[in-house]
Amino acid sequence: MEWYFSQVKGTMEDDVAEADIISCVEFSEDGDLLATGDKGGRVVIFQRDRQSNSHKCEYSVYSTFQSHEPEFDYLKSLEIEEKINKIRWLKRKNPSHFLLSTNDKTIKLWKISERSKRVEGYNTKDELGNVVPREGPVSALRVPTFKPSDVVVEASVRRTFSNAHTYHINSISVNSDQETFLSADDLRINLWHLEITDQSFNIVDIKPANMEELTEVITAAEFHPWHCHLFVYSSSKGSIRVCDMRQKALCDQHAKLLEEPEDPNARSFFSEIISSISDLKFSHGAESTQYLLSRDYLTLKLWDLRMENQGPVSTFPVHDYLQTKLCTLYENDCIFDKFECSWSGDDRYILTGSYNNFFRIFDRKTRKDITLEASRENTKPRQLLRPRKVCTTNRKKKDEISPDNLDFTKKILHSAWHPSENLIAVAAVNNLFFYQSKES
Amino acid sequence: MAENEGEDSLYPIAVLIDELRNEDVQLRLNSIKKLSTIALALGEERTRTELIPFLTDTIYDEDEVLLALAEQLGQFTALVGGSEFVHCLLAPLESLATVEETVVRDKAVESLRQLAEQHSNRDLETYFVPLVKRLSAGDWFTTRTSACGLFAVCYPRVSNAVRAELRQHFRNLCGDDTPMVRRAAASKLGEFAKAVEHEHLKQDLVPLFHSLANDEQDSVRLLAVEACVSIANVLQNDEKQRLVLPTLKQASEDKSWRVRYMVADKFSELQAALGPELSSRELVPAFCSLLKDAEAEVRAAAAAKVKDFCSQLPADTRQQMILTQVLPQVKELAADPNQHVKSALAGVVMGLAPLLGRDATMEHLLPLFLTQLKDECPEVRLNVISNLDAVNEVIGVKNVSKNLLPAIVELAEDSKWRIRLAIIEYMPSLAAQVGVEFFDEKLSALCMGWLTDHVYAIREAATNNLKALVEKFGAEWAQQTVIPRVLQLARDQNYLHRMTCLFCVNIMAPVCGRELTTKLLLPTVSSLVSDPVANVRFNVAKTLQKIGTVFDQKVVEAQVQPVLERLLQDPDNDVKFFASEALEGLRLQ
Repeated sequence: MEWYFSQVKGTMEDDVAEADIISCVEFSEDGDLLATGDKGGRVVIFQRDRQSNSHKCEYSVYSTFQSHEPEFDYLKSLEIEEKINKIRWLKRKNPSHFLLSTNDKTIKLWKISERSKRVEGYNTKDELGNVVPREGPVSALRVPTFKPSDVVVEASVRRTFSNAHTYHINSISVNSDQETFLSADDLRINLWHLEITDQSFNIVDIKPANMEELTEVITAAEFHPWHCHLFVYSSSKGSIRVCDMRQKALCDQHAKLLEEPEDPNARSFFSEIISSISDLKFSHGAESTQYLLSRDYLTLKLWDLRMENQGPVSTFPVHDYLQTKLCTLYENDCIFDKFECSWSGDDRYILTGSYNNFFRIFDRKTRKDITLEASRENTKPRQLLRPRKVCTTNRKKKDEISPDNLDFTKKILHSAWHPSENLIAVAAVNNLFFYQSKES
Repeated sequence: MAENEGEDSLYPIAVLIDELRNEDVQLRLNSIKKLSTIALALGEERTRTELIPFLTDTIYDEDEVLLALAEQLGQFTALVGGSEFVHCLLAPLESLATVEETVVRDKAVESLRQLAEQHSNRDLETYFVPLVKRLSAGDWFTTRTSACGLFAVCYPRVSNAVRAELRQHFRNLCGDDTPMVRRAAASKLGEFAKAVEHEHLKQDLVPLFHSLANDEQDSVRLLAVEACVSIANVLQNDEKQRLVLPTLKQASEDKSWRVRYMVADKFSELQAALGPELSSRELVPAFCSLLKDAEAEVRAAAAAKVKDFCSQLPADTRQQMILTQVLPQVKELAADPNQHVKSALAGVVMGLAPLLGRDATMEHLLPLFLTQLKDECPEVRLNVISNLDAVNEVIGVKNVSKNLLPAIVELAEDSKWRIRLAIIEYMPSLAAQVGVEFFDEKLSALCMGWLTDHVYAIREAATNNLKALVEKFGAEWAQQTVIPRVLQLARDQNYLHRMTCLFCVNIMAPVCGRELTTKLLLPTVSSLVSDPVANVRFNVAKTLQKIGTVFDQKVVEAQVQPVLERLLQDPDNDVKFFASEALEGLRLQ
């Protein structure tokens, strides 16, 4: 599949404010809207321009709002960053759109709605709302009327779900029953009702009585896309637990454990760090089998929930050439980067990010893969993206880049695939790049 | 002049109308709440043609405003010109029924249901039914969920053809794509079932009930359990067995604990709906399996129903069934690892005693109660004690006291004050049952001991307890046993205990009568007037005010007034204040 440039959002200047760095990217259910969150606590929503020219699809800013503000926890003397960790869209229920956004501690439900009417007609004021001096007694009453006006998009917070997490929230996921959602932090997973903010149920708690015995933490959690009772969570040790909420109210005991047996020969100081899972995504269910995709530091892994104790169905190396660089990556903390992953709408392709602003797309059918670069240089309309290669031997060919020359400060952590079309959104620092495949 | 005044009286209304669009939510809300005033001023016709259309578009407002509006519109019929014009209120409520906020939608539906009754049969078909159809075929699930609540109110009053259409719409809603709509349909199914003719109930609604009860979403299946009750209530016995029972059994074995919990929680209603014969034959095993469910929440819900379930069993076989089937499970629950289960059980298990009769209670239940009284969890013990009277009646107080009293005495000294409190509250009824002699021998020391407890709530309860006891055993008994002990407290080192003495006097004086109070209590109260602690002194004033009415005028003038006047000169401001209050209260000033 060939990809060409479609759009780029965000300033192209080199000097980037910390607050502008994108921290999550999420398409709505039908793909008409795309929400990004940033380190400054803002949410920007892009809407697809519906034009007659069907193959041209461009997104433009629909609404921008401040979702979270920096706070200070006086009890624990801790700063709470405003950075948006995750955004999840709700299924649409009326002409408005709803999304959940979360920082480390607080989840908020936002409503984004359009207003296309304004009111006219005052008795005692002029149209600007200023009181008109009374001239004698009121002789007739006037009932205000609605008149059409320009469309105004408003974002308003509908619910705030707070005070339920001692540790940092890393995931939120909406249940298929569309009335509950889960939120996960390092040690616990809570279940909420979307209409109730003052209580949540703890469904997983892996906190040991003695914190010195702590050996693993929860890194991501997600509900099954249609089995309302199933959810999965991953751990820093690289295992995935499947829980069934039907069995017990507290899901401390998992129904299934998915993990890859460790190869004792490959064991090193870094093996535990690099096996930590940074993202989990269920496939859309386009095929008869429901797969689960996980991302760890070096690979993408595909799991079948039915195949317990058999390891992943397949493993896709994302940047194997970094095997020899782990020591450097540990020293500059890059080894703790949390890369996300996503499925294409038809579940055939999977997308994830790497360093040097590279991102990778794997074709599960042909087992082919491609490395592309989200670069400010390639931003001409409909410009084809040249596949990039990293040389793995000592002899560097033309067009190849040596692993030593990769820029580790430029990383694609967040990316998203349109739910039905071959259109991807890739966040590179403060820029959001849109790319389209040639066929679409 | 008069005319001018009449015209200017419109000014407040004009302001009220303007505030419908004020930026301040509170002002808008106030204005909406006075909507009837606006409508009255506008008159029926302008209300219909101008105000209502304006309100129909007002759906962008804050929830609290919309909620108030939805409520107002339900009461608006007279203001638009009576039932002839009630249909013009449907439009704004229809738009309110589409908003995403559940409370607003529910209120709009509630108002629509009220308005449905005010429609003539013809208007119902012309205006109301089309609204129901529009909502059920709406684009967004919010409108479709609202529609579910409107079927039962219009169905009985429309023609057969329309009824068939309504049934079809309801069927569609039960099979809706979104779980929210199916949940709404499931929760209204029972109500609709009552409105539908018997044959259509069996033909149309029962299959819907079955499909909802087999829904893939746990949250839908659990609502079908509730529908079970209403549907069973309108079916014949054989139909219940054929159409409802299998579904119910299936739900009680559902994979999801939340569904099983729902069955446990609704068990009494289900049992009543199925009738004694069916339930004793078919439900006992289901109930027993819920009692030993793997999930503690389910066991706790089932345990709380033990008494209700057993008392609804048919009398002739009841005892047998309880002994052979229910009791073995109950015994295991008493040792359940989960304390919520144990305390739910402890709250009801005493109720089994009257059902089992004296001998069986002695043999089977008494050992159980003794274990529960020794349970490590205070709530379990508390629940047992607060329900002891049921057992008293069955096995007699002698048996209770012989077997349970040691445990009760132990609890009376429990380190948890709530436990002690429960025991105190139980004392008067226990005293009434055991009689004076037994009480003096075994319990009076306890009752006096509580007066000097270190927790205020206990001392307070102990005082109230004394009052109840004096009422039961009479003034003479009080003079002999209680009063000496109480008066002793006036000389206690601890000022809190001296205050307790005053509180006891407060409460006992009316029960003891004029003579005793004058002779014994008043001197003690007066003696505290020179107490070193100000709190005690102003309580003397308060006490005198309270008990002053008991004495005759002479005593008041000779003994009460001087004391209060002395307190009026007290250096402490509070004391002075209460002294003057008391003098005023007794009309001595």
